[in-house]
Amino acid sequence: MKMLGLSQRDTTFLLIVVFLTLVTPILLQPFPEGSGMATFNAGYPDLMQRFAIFGIFAIGFNILFGLTGYLSFGHAAFLGVGSYSVVWMYKLLGYNVVPGILLAVIVSALFALLIGYVSLRRSGIYFSILTLAFAQMSYNLAYSVLTPLTNGETGLQVYTNDPQVLMGENSPTSPHFFGIVMNESAKLNVGGWEFTFNNGYYFCAIVAILVFYLSLRIFRSPFGLMLRAIKTNQTRLNYTGLNSRPYTLAAFVISGMYAGLAGALMASMDPLAGAERMQWTASGEVVLMTILGGAGTLMGPILGAGFIKYFENIFSKINDNMLHQWFAWMPDGIEDFLIGLSHFFVGKSWHLTLGLLFMLVVIFLPGGLVEGGQRIAKAVRNRRSKGDGAEAQTQPAE
Amino acid sequence: MGILEVKNVGKRFGGLQALSDVNLSVQENTVHAIIGPNGAGKSTLLNCFVGKLIPDTGSVMFNGQSVLGLKPHQINQMGISRVFQTPEIFGDLTVMENVMISCFAKRDGAFRMHPFETVAHERDIVEQAEQMLTDVNMIDKRHMHAASMSRGDKRRLEMAMCLAQEPRLLLLDEPTAGMARADTNNTIDLLKEIKEKRDITMAIIEHDMHVVFSLAERITVLAQGTPLVEDTPENIKGHPKVKEAYLGEAA
Ligand SMILES: Nc1ncnc2c1ncn2[C@@H]1O[C@H](COP(=O)(O)OP(=O)(O)OP(=O)(O)O)[C@@H](O)[C@H]1O
Ligand SMILES: [Mg+2]
Repeated sequence: MKMLGLSQRDTTFLLIVVFLTLVTPILLQPFPEGSGMATFNAGYPDLMQRFAIFGIFAIGFNILFGLTGYLSFGHAAFLGVGSYSVVWMYKLLGYNVVPGILLAVIVSALFALLIGYVSLRRSGIYFSILTLAFAQMSYNLAYSVLTPLTNGETGLQVYTNDPQVLMGENSPTSPHFFGIVMNESAKLNVGGWEFTFNNGYYFCAIVAILVFYLSLRIFRSPFGLMLRAIKTNQTRLNYTGLNSRPYTLAAFVISGMYAGLAGALMASMDPLAGAERMQWTASGEVVLMTILGGAGTLMGPILGAGFIKYFENIFSKINDNMLHQWFAWMPDGIEDFLIGLSHFFVGKSWHLTLGLLFMLVVIFLPGGLVEGGQRIAKAVRNRRSKGDGAEAQTQPAE
Repeated sequence: MGILEVKNVGKRFGGLQALSDVNLSVQENTVHAIIGPNGAGKSTLLNCFVGKLIPDTGSVMFNGQSVLGLKPHQINQMGISRVFQTPEIFGDLTVMENVMISCFAKRDGAFRMHPFETVAHERDIVEQAEQMLTDVNMIDKRHMHAASMSRGDKRRLEMAMCLAQEPRLLLLDEPTAGMARADTNNTIDLLKEIKEKRDITMAIIEHDMHVVFSLAERITVLAQGTPLVEDTPENIKGHPKVKEAYLGEAA
């Protein structure tokens, strides 16, 4: 079956992604409530929303970094711009998220055009430093001279005396999409299991599917081919009569718009915007997600985003009580030692765990989690076709 | 008037006068070889034609237009393609994709925003690229990763990419350097074939005299940054100045 201008393989691929996204609330609740393993469930609205939102962020980042190889360390700036745009629309117009999201995408595109135009005059490490400098500048401006726009350290939020000119008598008083309120959920209890179907998650999920489809089209387009060519050999590209500058700038703006959209969705789930969203750590996180999942592959950034957000949730939730329970069966001295050791890896220190996981992946799976998946698939295929000597053909990364 | 007119070109690198007073005229539809000992300035001269270097003095006119100060992609779009001394190809892409990029560059120019078309649906581009690969006997390698090929094949691919653009002037910097005899002969045959099939002008830098004398119609001998002589292959062969340049004072 072919659909929407995609090849058969890509159609299947897209349908699988759509299916998985829609059943996520069920898939992520494998353990019954109250069981010891329930800690490892991840089907909570805010966590699932983060999967989708960071998925979008990473998909967009991948269009720049994965395809062209230009490593931006400043994409969090667009995240912040997106969030501020949405909250401003709440304040001025009302809680419908649509005007804010549109504004966020437009403003982040303009922002990206400016930053990209300047930063892309350099490549390699100089480009990365320039983008980082821009993002830090935005972050500092948001805290200082731009406080009338950003409300400084308090963060931008809606106050009762804001105009909200489009708010009617019965309009919802929290973010909604034409009346569908983001923070409302339907709960389903089956046996010991509880599944939460949250409006906000589905809104983000549908947007994520749409932008995933766009990125799929970009990957398969002549434009995407040129971007990959830039990554491999920019000299050859220029001597083949192609001007790499507008191509990289277009990729930068597109990925900036994705980031702005992600920021907009953050504020669509929770009507707040703060400058901390623009900090360099947030820029670094999307780099980790993309590399961890597999830069330049379609699924990589989504896997990376899911992986990091899932483990962040698990590891940062683990506390002393839980550690005591787990290690209770051990002799006292060893128990205390192990709990002390664990402190380096859980709770607030979970970033150390992330760092170790990242190092392991980069060393043993340079192509990221996608490469891991491909190796497993290949091993399985080889085992199956053992004997007839058929060598599995290497496929370009998905 | 030649298709490429080089007048009084000079280029200095710090204390080294790499080129001085170079005058050269490449006639349309000929193969013009530029030979000379190592360090004579051949590659430097070529770099001045394609926008990689800007000469300190003189002028370079292609087809009546100055190329000085233009960017490499602009010069390429005017009709000059270049094969490098070490093959420059898109290593991470397939052979087919490499050639298709050239076809896109020819059809769409230096930049075109086409994010929602699909490469696989571009019938004419696919056909052109396949035809080109057939012409250079590489069609069976079209799904290979370009980086995984032998050096000879990379060179062949680079040539295919240049030819797919149907350039008016093809510049080749030592196209057979580092090749085995058999590959060298294949390359000579390929270039001869290209020459017969289409109207194309070639400027070729080469150390291998077998290659030079099999292909060239005009030869310029460059030594220490200046042209010594320019003549037909027959006259160059026995020229005393050429022997001197190559073999030193002793000859
Ligand atoms: N970018 C540069 N900076 C400084 N010196 C250079 C540069 N490029 C070339 N040279 C010098 O200019 C001289 C001419 O070099 P060029 O590469 O043009 O020689 P060539 O004739 O191509 O030699 P070969 O046959 O070895 O390729 C050499 O002495 C070289 O070291
Ligand atoms: Mg040279």
